[in-house]
Amino acid sequence: MDPILKVSNLHSGYDGVPVVFGISLEIMPGELVAIVGANGAGKTTTMKTISGLIHPLSGNISFLGQDVSNLSAHEILKLGISYVPEGRRIFGKLSVRQNMYLGAYTEKSQTEVSRRMDELFEIFPVLRKRAKQVAETLSGGEQQMLAIARGLISKPKLLMLDEMSLGLMPSMVEKMMETVKAVNEAGATVLLVEQMVQEALEIADRGYVIQNGKIILSGQADELLNSEQVRKAYLGM
Amino acid sequence: METFIQVLIDGMLSGMVYALVAAGLCLIWGVMDVINFAHGEYLMVAMYVSYWLGFLANVDPVVSTVAAGAFIFMIGALTYKLIIRFTIGKPGLVALLATFGLAIFLKNLCMNQFSPNFRIMSDTWLSGKTLHVGGLIIALPQLTAAVLALIVVGLLYLLVNSTKFGWAIQATAMDREAAELVGINTERIYILVFGIGGACVGVAGGIMPSYLAVHPEVGSMFGLIAFICVAMGGFGSIPGAFISGLLVGVVEALAGFYIAPVFKYVAVFGLYLAVIFLRPKGIFGW
Ligand SMILES: Nc1ncnc2c1ncn2[C@@H]1O[C@H](COP(=O)(O)OP(=O)(O)OP(=O)(O)O)[C@@H](O)[C@H]1O
Ligand SMILES: [Mg+2]
Repeated sequence: MDPILKVSNLHSGYDGVPVVFGISLEIMPGELVAIVGANGAGKTTTMKTISGLIHPLSGNISFLGQDVSNLSAHEILKLGISYVPEGRRIFGKLSVRQNMYLGAYTEKSQTEVSRRMDELFEIFPVLRKRAKQVAETLSGGEQQMLAIARGLISKPKLLMLDEMSLGLMPSMVEKMMETVKAVNEAGATVLLVEQMVQEALEIADRGYVIQNGKIILSGQADELLNSEQVRKAYLGM
Repeated sequence: METFIQVLIDGMLSGMVYALVAAGLCLIWGVMDVINFAHGEYLMVAMYVSYWLGFLANVDPVVSTVAAGAFIFMIGALTYKLIIRFTIGKPGLVALLATFGLAIFLKNLCMNQFSPNFRIMSDTWLSGKTLHVGGLIIALPQLTAAVLALIVVGLLYLLVNSTKFGWAIQATAMDREAAELVGINTERIYILVFGIGGACVGVAGGIMPSYLAVHPEVGSMFGLIAFICVAMGGFGSIPGAFISGLLVGVVEALAGFYIAPVFKYVAVFGLYLAVIFLRPKGIFGW
């Protein structure tokens, strides 16, 4: 089977200064893969590059066999990669429903959009209750759910979640992880960036550990969880 | 009392046209934080479009206004493509100076091509026609311009607030990266916003020659007033720009009539200072 996403020797950064040095990843269709690492390791930079917000300094990104290294973010979304960015980034002055509509911006069929919205309201009932509310007045956790729902409503082939547990209470983190697992089991490939190393690796199939812009470790999630290096550095054991 | 109402109505009619000019400027500011200093010159060019269509092809301004709107839409889109695009992400002064340069260019181009002469369109469908309501006299050209302005501002408001495209415009204004991530081509939104902002002022300029002389300097004061309306209404708020436009029109008419015609802009700028002093973010600002 061919990987759905293949990142080869990626160098990326800001204003020509690299902060990611030669990262390579392969993600197979249907997998749930976690990327973990310390603050400033380059996780978000990698995600931004894959999603097209910034472009590689060198190296290559291919999605479903197509080179997407230099496409714009809106073109990459159309190909089927949805990136839920760090820090929620919902459209604050618009209502919950409008945010969801915009998540499905590229879907032309109105009935299809409504159907998906109902589906997501089943997963996140609180969003249905708040559908008409202006998004910036939601609580932090509700905003996070909205960000995820907005990322899901385009029915991506690959869903990339960046730090979705940030600022959520533990029971909520658990619920989010379950949701991600369910989305994955329903067929979407998921790439998860997390500070919650334990929680992320528990639901993931495989994982990569990034440090200072390089991959220092990769493997099956349970192997990583049990590895000396991860336990010491990230789990404080 | 009758005189007062008459002056009030005259003020409201010109105020609605100000509102339309301001709405275009307001949209552009609200979405991309760019003050288009050439906005008044767009109006002037639109007036020439309408004037020459009338002079050469005998088209009435009531019809030409559509062509002027379309023409300035393209000028706006081109302004974005050729100038503004390179100023995005740079300090605000860059775009400001660039559009200031464009304003000077357009003004001098028209001066050079069409001479500084005042050009008046006679024999238009509406020229000299009035409507008598009780003791009030309403000039039909101004009334038509005002109604047209009201309709276009209304459509613009609906477009921005009640269509998916409008939400995409708002999303782009709030967070460009996040908008890209949901599949919005934000570069295209920018081009269209500059075009639509231009089209608003183009429609206003297109109808104006039926009651106002055309000359290369005609846009400057309108540009300034539009800026005041946008600042007074709260940057980026279309309802704010609309209310401010009306307010400016009414104050200008009252001051011009009851104090002295030369005093009318003093009153307008006085009003502006007062509003900004009391509410620095404008009437509808957030
Ligand atoms: N917009 C930017 N401009 C310049 N440098 C940046 C920018 N964003 C991030 N960096 C730098 O790039 C490096 C990697 O940052 P990145 O956001 O990718 O880390 P991260 O792994 O996502 O960290 P965190 O866990 O804190 O989110 C950091 O040193 C950071 O200072
Ligand atoms: Mg990050």
